[in-house]
Amino acid sequence: MENISLLLEGFQVALTWHNIAFMFLGVLLGIVVGVLPGLGGPNGVAILLPLTFSMEPTSAIILLTSIYWGALFGGAITAVLFNIPGEPWSVATTFDGYPMAQQGRAGEALTAAFTASFVGAIAGVVLITFLAPLVAKFALRFGPAEFFAVFFLTFCSFIGMGKENKAKIVVSLSLGFLLAGVGIDTISGDMRMTFGVGELMNGFDFLVVVIGMFGVSEILLTLEEGLEFKGKKARIDPIVVLRTWMQMPLYFMTFVRSCLAGIWLGISPGGAVAASFMGYGLAKRFSRRGKKFGSGEIEGVIAPETAAHAAGTSALLPMLALGIPGSATAAVLLGGLMIWGLQPGPLLFVEQKDFVWGLIASMYLGNMVGLFVVLATVPLFASIMRIPFALIAPVILMVCAIGAFTVANSSFDIWLMLIFGAVGYAFKKLDYPLAPMVLALVLGDRAEDAFRQALIGSAGDLSVFMDNGLVATLMIISFALLLWSPISELIGRLLRRPAVAAE
Amino acid sequence: MSSFDPYETESGLSRRTAECTVAVILLAIAAGVLWDSYQRGAGWNGGPQTGFFPARVAWILLAASAAVFYQGLRASDRVLVTWVQLRQVGQVFLPLTLYIFAIDYLGIYVASAIFIGGFMAVFGTFRWWAIIAAAVLIPLVTFWTFELQFQVPLPKGPLEIMLGY
Repeated sequence: MENISLLLEGFQVALTWHNIAFMFLGVLLGIVVGVLPGLGGPNGVAILLPLTFSMEPTSAIILLTSIYWGALFGGAITAVLFNIPGEPWSVATTFDGYPMAQQGRAGEALTAAFTASFVGAIAGVVLITFLAPLVAKFALRFGPAEFFAVFFLTFCSFIGMGKENKAKIVVSLSLGFLLAGVGIDTISGDMRMTFGVGELMNGFDFLVVVIGMFGVSEILLTLEEGLEFKGKKARIDPIVVLRTWMQMPLYFMTFVRSCLAGIWLGISPGGAVAASFMGYGLAKRFSRRGKKFGSGEIEGVIAPETAAHAAGTSALLPMLALGIPGSATAAVLLGGLMIWGLQPGPLLFVEQKDFVWGLIASMYLGNMVGLFVVLATVPLFASIMRIPFALIAPVILMVCAIGAFTVANSSFDIWLMLIFGAVGYAFKKLDYPLAPMVLALVLGDRAEDAFRQALIGSAGDLSVFMDNGLVATLMIISFALLLWSPISELIGRLLRRPAVAAE
Repeated sequence: MSSFDPYETESGLSRRTAECTVAVILLAIAAGVLWDSYQRGAGWNGGPQTGFFPARVAWILLAASAAVFYQGLRASDRVLVTWVQLRQVGQVFLPLTLYIFAIDYLGIYVASAIFIGGFMAVFGTFRWWAIIAAAVLIPLVTFWTFELQFQVPLPKGPLEIMLGY
């Protein structure tokens, strides 16, 4: 029950007019970011992060997490109305959402999508409320060897559970590590991998890389298709909302299944995208109306949205409790914590109680605010999509350039953004996953420090990673995940037969 | 997935070429890092040396990109991106490069006005007054937000200096 009282204190922190205003602002910005092509969760947060450097950390993270919620909600709008997934995790939402819009049931589909998102997110937050403190308390016993083992576990599960080409995941991860290593070595003070370029002394800032790889490259991809948006009209009135809500209890089991799938994939770095497809697949298999999926079933909207949000939210659990983000956006938020002078990891729960519980309370509030804001403003945001792309594209590119510049007040970073934009374009065309690279970039230094500290402590004896039961178990699970990949691939292939056929 | 046809009828960059090119670049990066790391010491000297960790990662990158290269050789020679599409991307990439170049000399506000206006004029079907309105108003709003509200200084050029900022 200690958690409950801490949570109540957290509500007191979060429930100031100031912070609630930030929630509204964040959710609105997030929806814009989610609706517009070329801006998404990770780089929306990355662009705004520099503006929060001078803010109080609690307010800053409330603003940024609200952007995250908004982006999660916003992806569904374009998926349903335009058949364009605004975010990768809303691809599965288009399968039944767009047919519903074509049948004139757009309002119903959107209400279902938003409500499902809300339910999924709350499931994730409840999990964080009760599990995160326990995980953090457990992790307090960790030394450098254990931390390295947890990092190692994260990277192995990326490789083992990723659906992409394994070699490409490894490439993406190791590139991230190398980029993180560029510049002054934190332990010896030596310069590494700068190849004589003075500007590289401080290394690559992950924010610049994220803005380039997720923002600029997305614009390039969109323009390649020569997009023309043709949307369905949506009007949401309270009667439609209430009627849709009345149906919701019928789909109780779908909610439960999707929440579980989402939570599982969110904590392990499977991510919201995989979760949304898994949620959709599970619902299709177990629903009595499974055969009608794809022709405008409301269940086909609920399932992926619930799972995506449960995953998106629970991705914050390992970030808070262990300092290891479960998604690209969580990685960016984690970078923010470090910039605000907070050391992410289990100690956060001991040293920064106000901050942690304020944040957790704001997750409940932010999602409630998000649900109502998004229901009220759908027509407004749908009209954003009608603005011609020839106006949107240069403005987004300008915003990206500003974002890259403000990270360190350096115009060199704008050039880096351009380069990483090109890299991101090539990687996306060739199906290299980008999330592992961002994760390795954010965690690289800390993983290396943990590794070296552990080895210095043991005088270079690698057996330190098998020293006690805890670290040995973590290492064994890591290797199991790494080698388990052929089996999981086989299972995965059986589960996602349609996806394979579409390739 | 609906537009299969252009990829089969139009010429363009094949997946095989693209995969192999990227793999070769990755191999070169890995080799570069290895050279750099071993030069400053990637071994063990009373503890891991500076290059120890990067060198291990670079070996992994080398192996993975070799695997990608091998897979790339056997990839289909279907068109990954047509020349027309690539030109469209280039049409954005080039102005973007010029824009970033211009930021250093004109400041971000003037450069953005030209960039937005030019982009709208070339790629859109706007009336002239809409183009001018967007090109003037958007940088002005940006200026107000960043310089006045958040007090975050962005790159400025001769115009802003003339106006006293």
